[in-house]
Amino acid sequence: MKSSVSTREMRRLYRTMVTIRKFETLAGELFAAGKIPGFIHLSIGQEASSTGVCSVLRPDDYIATTHRGHGHVIAKGGDLKKMIAELIGRKTGYCKGKGGSMHIADFSLGILGANGVVGGGFPIIIGAGLSIKLRHTDQVAVCFFGDGASNRGTFHEAMNMASIWKLPILFVCENNCYASTTPTAYACSVNNIATRAAGYNFPGVTVDGNDLLAVREAAGRAVDRARRGEGPTLLENKTYRRRGHFEGDPQKYRTQAEVAEWEKNDPLLRFASVLKKKKLLTGEMEKEIREQVDCELKEAVAFAEQSEWPNPEDALEDMFVNP
Amino acid sequence: MTERMISCSAAICEALTEEMARDEAIFIIGEDLVAHGGIFGQFRGLPERFPGRLIDTPISESCIVGAGLGAALTGMRPLVDMHFADFVTCAMDEIVNQTAKIRYMFGGQVKVPLVIWAPDGAGLSAAAHHSQSLESWFVHTPGLKVVVPSEPADVKGLLKAAIRDDDPVIFFQHKKLFAREGPVPEGEHIVPLGKAAVKRPGGSVTILTYGSGFYMSMEAANELAGMGIEAEVIDLRTLKPLDFGTIADSIKKTNRAVVVHEACLSGGFGAEVSARINSELFDYLDAPVLRVAAKDVPIPFSPRLENFVLPKAEDVISAVRQVVYR
Amino acid sequence: MTSRIDNKRCLKMYEQMLTIRRFEEKAIELFEHNLIRGNIHPCIGQEAVSVGACSPLRRDDFMVNTHRGHGNCIAKGADLKLMMAELFGKSTGYCKGKGGSMHIADFEGGNLGANGIVGGGLPIAVGAGIGIQNRGTDQVAVCFFGDGATNQGTFHESLNLAALWKLPVIFVCENNLYGLSTPVRESISVVNISDRAMAYGIPGMSIDGNDIIAMHTKMTEAVDRARAGEGPTLLDCITYRFFGHFTGDPGKGITYRSKEEMGQWLERCPIKRFRERLIKEKRITEKTEKTMEADVKASIEEAVQFAKESPLPLPEEALQDLFH
Repeated sequence: MKSSVSTREMRRLYRTMVTIRKFETLAGELFAAGKIPGFIHLSIGQEASSTGVCSVLRPDDYIATTHRGHGHVIAKGGDLKKMIAELIGRKTGYCKGKGGSMHIADFSLGILGANGVVGGGFPIIIGAGLSIKLRHTDQVAVCFFGDGASNRGTFHEAMNMASIWKLPILFVCENNCYASTTPTAYACSVNNIATRAAGYNFPGVTVDGNDLLAVREAAGRAVDRARRGEGPTLLENKTYRRRGHFEGDPQKYRTQAEVAEWEKNDPLLRFASVLKKKKLLTGEMEKEIREQVDCELKEAVAFAEQSEWPNPEDALEDMFVNP
Repeated sequence: MTERMISCSAAICEALTEEMARDEAIFIIGEDLVAHGGIFGQFRGLPERFPGRLIDTPISESCIVGAGLGAALTGMRPLVDMHFADFVTCAMDEIVNQTAKIRYMFGGQVKVPLVIWAPDGAGLSAAAHHSQSLESWFVHTPGLKVVVPSEPADVKGLLKAAIRDDDPVIFFQHKKLFAREGPVPEGEHIVPLGKAAVKRPGGSVTILTYGSGFYMSMEAANELAGMGIEAEVIDLRTLKPLDFGTIADSIKKTNRAVVVHEACLSGGFGAEVSARINSELFDYLDAPVLRVAAKDVPIPFSPRLENFVLPKAEDVISAVRQVVYR
Repeated sequence: MTSRIDNKRCLKMYEQMLTIRRFEEKAIELFEHNLIRGNIHPCIGQEAVSVGACSPLRRDDFMVNTHRGHGNCIAKGADLKLMMAELFGKSTGYCKGKGGSMHIADFEGGNLGANGIVGGGLPIAVGAGIGIQNRGTDQVAVCFFGDGATNQGTFHESLNLAALWKLPVIFVCENNLYGLSTPVRESISVVNISDRAMAYGIPGMSIDGNDIIAMHTKMTEAVDRARAGEGPTLLDCITYRFFGHFTGDPGKGITYRSKEEMGQWLERCPIKRFRERLIKEKRITEKTEKTMEADVKASIEEAVQFAKESPLPLPEEALQDLFH
């Protein structure tokens, strides 16, 4: 699998990770500058998981994402302009300013939406999987969720249903070591969440979630299996959330030393060094990628900031198709 | 269109048979659908007629409703069978936080053609976990349409309309009324959502009701007629969106209103209707709006206790007599 | 095998199983005569699970029950009179006629109540376990639930918490192979429900739930473990309900189960098996048996008589007991 990734694809993957990292950094800055109302959850440090998984998906495949979902949306092809516009509450945003950071969706890209409820995506992805089966297509549906969500009842109900009906679903647990302030080990009765697949009779795989190629390979195998009609897989990407649970989180539940330790295990640095070793990436190329991404983000911010605010009365629209 | 006398159960089946034949995207998902055609036999014949389109599930209510939602978001038109309306509590997140909010929260990007069908109501000694009337919770949740039919013709017409609607509809049907018969048109018979019906004209008082309250109100109205009081009985049928126009037209004529429902009094739908009448029709009222409802306790098991808790025709009669001062 | 359990206990367990069987038969009869309203979910065929799971318990241990709960009530030491009165909806019943068959509780006897919601009891048992742990007693909590409930989210959340905090809870799955009309093989993704224990890192085992001795033995181990502070156990007790899901199930569940299957399970009747064993091991004489049958019959007749003679609640009592 690793060897089958083309040079172009390798660079594209790297670029996606850079885009996510830079997008999240920018979002943090905009938030700090008071430009983003509400609160935001950044996925810095988890880029290999979103990029690796989405890299094996087709545009017509579905994903359900979480409150920490910017990375998934970008990796699935989301429009940066509409994303930033949504974050700052403008009419041109993905949800016309009604959703915000925690509720971005793009149904044209198969992004069934981010969710403010931990574990809220499981039942929805079952519906998507069931719908694929009833429509006899070879799409797959991916459900991203955190370690915290693996303790919710919806996890259990969904795993069981996906298994008995052999639904084309990939469950991706981004185990980032903390559910808000609660360490995974405190809240989860098993060491590896992937172990739980044993309770449903389908494969569970734990991978180093900061190793892009490892994630991609495992996800690729699971997606192939799903497309062949062989049913679901539970993939656990072990990773780390480097920022607080939300921007402004005092983070009293962990030490700075721990965070620093994980900074050394940076998914971007690791993938860049792989690329450089294979001579697929030079310092110059890297610089070029970074500049391109900066430029795109700058445009996105300009687009968003120049966009209209929604009219107050717009708050009463979009509830029903037939009011 | 030919009418025949059929039961509410038969009306459900007829609506679904016609709709499922018309549109392949419709399927039914829930517990115990295939073996008995639903636990009340309400889907009898459908599993044979539409193989693979009634999907038996494990007992996992969150996931059953969520699966309906996910399928609705990806091109299907599911009907979720809630088994008992009481079990909505096990799927509250999927109904309230997900289904009701998804279209709006995502800025109108997507439609959610989902029907949640929930048999509710008391009177069968089924006790506290199998007897509730919970419609007002969902009226209080923006993003859902709430339908509570009474007569078989409305069951058929509203169910067809609910299935064809592109928005989420929660459809309550009283368990005790399944066997109740009435004239139902054959073939294409649609009752639009959001339209109330004047089921008995009268000039003395307006009775606003729905579901099992309708039969209670008709019984009361017939007795009241003997006392020279002509009640106008309006079957609201859809609670949200509410057809307030029909209510207003009637009250402008009768100047009095009584709201009747089986759900308990406090925070019930009667409170909402009464509040709207007070704020929009105050000048037309000759008496306070009264409510007839169940007492504010869970539904008890023993028939004697249950009967005491539930509203009855005699309660409707006494409320009407109060507002007409007779 | 039986020899490890003393005679007195064996006979006591046999008598309890017999009591449950006769109680259920009587309840069905009374239902058919319209003396019991609503519906009942008989546990005929599952007596060994109820009795085996409750026999190692003390009166101060807790038990959380299901809609098919008469047998578990009886095994936990409930008063037949108060149970029958509740089924009749009388004011002398366990819940003064407010609960009925599906909602019997006896807090003095540690019975935290039957539940009309599948999977509704699991979180309550976890709460009882937390209480025990906080108070530092050596009580245990037993949680009964059916195979259907193992697909509910509450199962997952409860087992995770119980495992995490090593709570003294024994999860007893009365696996009667059907969740209402849905067969286990179509609704549960694992072959053995006990396999699910792995997902929480706790011991799990599948047991022949129609073998009272196996039930009693495995349950005793699980209870000892819990009392010793070693945490929860998941027991998958495989059994069969001879009657249908409830009194309204056509042909005792013939719409979703084959005659052959039902016949095979009748052969594995837990009472019949235990009786044969007791006779073989010469632990029961014909005389003892006869006396026992007569005693059981008399106690049930007494309960019915009590229920019949008890007053109905006053209508206004419906408004009492909502708040303290």
